[in-house]
Amino acid sequence: MTTPSPTLALPRPRWRQPSVLPGFGLGLSLTLGWLTLIVLIPLSAIFLKTAGMGWAEFVRVGFSPRALTAYRLSFGTAAMAALVNAFFGLLVAWVLVRYAFVGKRVVAALVDLPFALPTAVAGIALTSLYVPNGWVGRWLTPLGIKVAFTPLGITVALVFIGLPFVVRSVEPVLADLGHEVEEAAATLGASRWETFARVILPAIGPALLTGFALAFARGVGEYGSVIFISGNMPGRTEIAPLLIVTRLEEFDYAGATAIAAVMMVTSFGVLLGINLLQAAARRREG
Amino acid sequence: MSAPVSAPTATTEGPLARFVLISLALIFLLLFLFLPLLAVFAQALRAGWGSYAAAVSSPDALSAIKLTLLVAAIAVPLNTVFGVAASWVIAKFHFPGKAALTTLIDLPFSVSPVVSGLIFVLLFGAEGVFGPWLRAHDLKIIFAVPGIVLATVFITFPFVARELIPLMEEQGNQDEEAALSLGASGWQCFRHVTLPNIRWGLLYGVLLCNARAMGEFGAVSVVSGHIRGETNTMPLHVEILYNEYDFVGAFAVASLLAGLALVTLVVKTLLEWRFDLHGTGARS
Amino acid sequence: MIELRNITKRFGTYPALHGVDLAIHPGEFIALLGPSGSGKTTLLRIIAGLEVQDSGQVLFAGEDVSARKVAERGVGFVFQNYALFRHMRVAENVAFAFTVRRAKTRLPKAAIAARAEELLRLVQLDGLGKRYPAQLSGGQRQRVALARALAVEPKLLLLDEPFGALDAKVRKDLRRALRELHQKMGLTSVFVTHDQEEALELADRVVVMNAGQIEQIGTPDEVYAAPATPFVAHFVGETNLLPAALFGGDGAATEGGELHLRPHEIAIVGPGTVGAAEVLVANRFRKGAMWRVEGRLAGSDSFVEIDCPADAPVPAPGDTIRILPSARPKAFSKVPSDSSPQVSDLK
Repeated sequence: MTTPSPTLALPRPRWRQPSVLPGFGLGLSLTLGWLTLIVLIPLSAIFLKTAGMGWAEFVRVGFSPRALTAYRLSFGTAAMAALVNAFFGLLVAWVLVRYAFVGKRVVAALVDLPFALPTAVAGIALTSLYVPNGWVGRWLTPLGIKVAFTPLGITVALVFIGLPFVVRSVEPVLADLGHEVEEAAATLGASRWETFARVILPAIGPALLTGFALAFARGVGEYGSVIFISGNMPGRTEIAPLLIVTRLEEFDYAGATAIAAVMMVTSFGVLLGINLLQAAARRREG
Repeated sequence: MSAPVSAPTATTEGPLARFVLISLALIFLLLFLFLPLLAVFAQALRAGWGSYAAAVSSPDALSAIKLTLLVAAIAVPLNTVFGVAASWVIAKFHFPGKAALTTLIDLPFSVSPVVSGLIFVLLFGAEGVFGPWLRAHDLKIIFAVPGIVLATVFITFPFVARELIPLMEEQGNQDEEAALSLGASGWQCFRHVTLPNIRWGLLYGVLLCNARAMGEFGAVSVVSGHIRGETNTMPLHVEILYNEYDFVGAFAVASLLAGLALVTLVVKTLLEWRFDLHGTGARS
Repeated sequence: MIELRNITKRFGTYPALHGVDLAIHPGEFIALLGPSGSGKTTLLRIIAGLEVQDSGQVLFAGEDVSARKVAERGVGFVFQNYALFRHMRVAENVAFAFTVRRAKTRLPKAAIAARAEELLRLVQLDGLGKRYPAQLSGGQRQRVALARALAVEPKLLLLDEPFGALDAKVRKDLRRALRELHQKMGLTSVFVTHDQEEALELADRVVVMNAGQIEQIGTPDEVYAAPATPFVAHFVGETNLLPAALFGGDGAATEGGELHLRPHEIAIVGPGTVGAAEVLVANRFRKGAMWRVEGRLAGSDSFVEIDCPADAPVPAPGDTIRILPSARPKAFSKVPSDSSPQVSDLK
């Protein structure tokens, strides 16, 4: 065996950039292991089951008339609620970032309540408020407005659930914006409204859209806060997650899985859309 | 130096506009946030303290509380360890597929709770992938406590990681590199440098994880079988009582969960205040 | 003609400006020079209308504009961090002022685009109109900010530390460009800086500010060679602060017991010279065409900085040298203490 000549030997290119910090191997194994065990394998069950179903069967149970009605209801109310949250969430974020008023700290803390409160608790609380003789319901009944046990009630519940998403998305961006761009617009002759519409709003647009999409995605899959106020009448107020539960109780695993698959693909699509949008905005605006 | 945000400058709205906007925002929040919270406590105490205490201390309620605590005691530590490991790997190193890993960790967030329960039924239910095997070994996962634990672990999987990753990314590697250059081992570095730096973010992540673990409804509802006294967590117990028209009972148990939510929020506010005071990594 | 009369402004309990008077003539290039917290940016913002003074008047051509909002004052403002609209292209940024005009005075789209391109050409950025600000360098962004401000056809151009965040070379180029623009377009410009070199290079007159008040207004030469107060002497150019009795004078004849001498106003003299002070040299380094010698005064902790020409032997660290002033020490017309101003005549 010849001894290697003392030339410069470049290190073999590694698949990751070398780092001084230890613990990569251990950390990654732990992470990937737990991830596979708890998330990937269980989720794959959905696709295994739908794969075993065959396309025709999948369409039959996944897009049955009852399922379609449920999708329409779930997506429709979620979109409506997300829209309401986009408007009012922006308002709340604006007020919290720009103004000072009594009780501001309390309000800022409360905004996260829908995140911390269990959905079932929210569900029964909202129902008690909006039934015809509830605290809010009693004002609306004379006006002929029914909230509980109608799609409107579902929307109200989803507004509660989705509220923090928009505020949390918009607040940091708004705070980061600072005052300079507004002052610049003012020195260039823009009125306050013009400044808001042409300078501030476009700047926070992506964040607003992200918040909307997150609230929408959450609203589509929401269960606990909705089933109490909705009344769960098939064809009228039966949301898609409830339909899944119903199918399960009938031991119709195929039906339940098909609907679940449709919902999952839609959620992933929405989230993918957000990520792409954010990436595009970041590329353009630095 | 520009004036503080709240001082009126030549480029803010007039006082009337400001008043209208603030009022509108507060009315909206009052209607949608504050009222439901108030309703929980008002309804729970509607029949007086006696009924409240009875509802909360009934045997079924107590076993529901015990089960909820047990599930949280298992799920939260497990996901905390995972969360710390994942954030360490993602925040401190560069490797291909990092973005994909972060997205995968977020998966449970984007899945409906009911679907989260369904997948475990598909795996471990009587007709599931492992159903026959479990039956042969006389093991029950679905409609038993292990199923509830699994579903909860799935649901609360991302919470700690999600809080820690941005925090650790913002803090960078410098402190750890300094510790290593002074002769610390990997574990010493982690214990004495990293952990103190992330402790408040960690606490908040654990709190959120715990709140969700105790409050999860949809997923647990699917896997539990609703067996009173055995496989009912507090949220499920609330549902049962409500469906039996025992409103006071339902709201009483619910008020315990609402109280937990309030404690979570209070601690969160204190932590954010603390962050500003100490300036250890900005939190948005 | 822009006039500021007795401007006062506080932020809470913090007094930012205190009785400031200033007159700016058409076509002038004025520098507001001072350390952080001197109130110079606040003054600039008050002129623009971005802050409102607590008392005092702002007059444009004799008319009090204090009540006028910023959008109506017709001033162009260039911000320290550019404040470009990140979601708009460069051309759209520059054209913004045209697009917010009321319908009556608004130009057709084609005319607006042409004017924007014209302005970009003025700052040598023609052809970059389609880019986004994030795709430009710092110097280019600053030019966009300038072009955008010029779109309002301002009577007054205000710049708030416009070159602070840029490399030295880029800063130099932009300073030249700004001066050329100012002359070519016949603007009146006021800019804020803490960099005295910049102020002395660009301005027709320099306003030196400190702690909310004006210390001196004068041409760069006046401010450098004839500082009115000790603060100006120390802020503009370098100055040594020496005890009055140092060179054998009787102390009573000088300002408040202190001598202010610039590094080139001190001469190294031979041993045995009457009245010379002893200095132990600690360090020396090249400073442009001169050598800068730093040393400690014998028997004290204070440092002295002396400029020596490079063509004579220069003392080395460890040497002991003797010094005498080679120029008349400053006499200030405004002194903080109440000792009567006298000029000492030392030779």
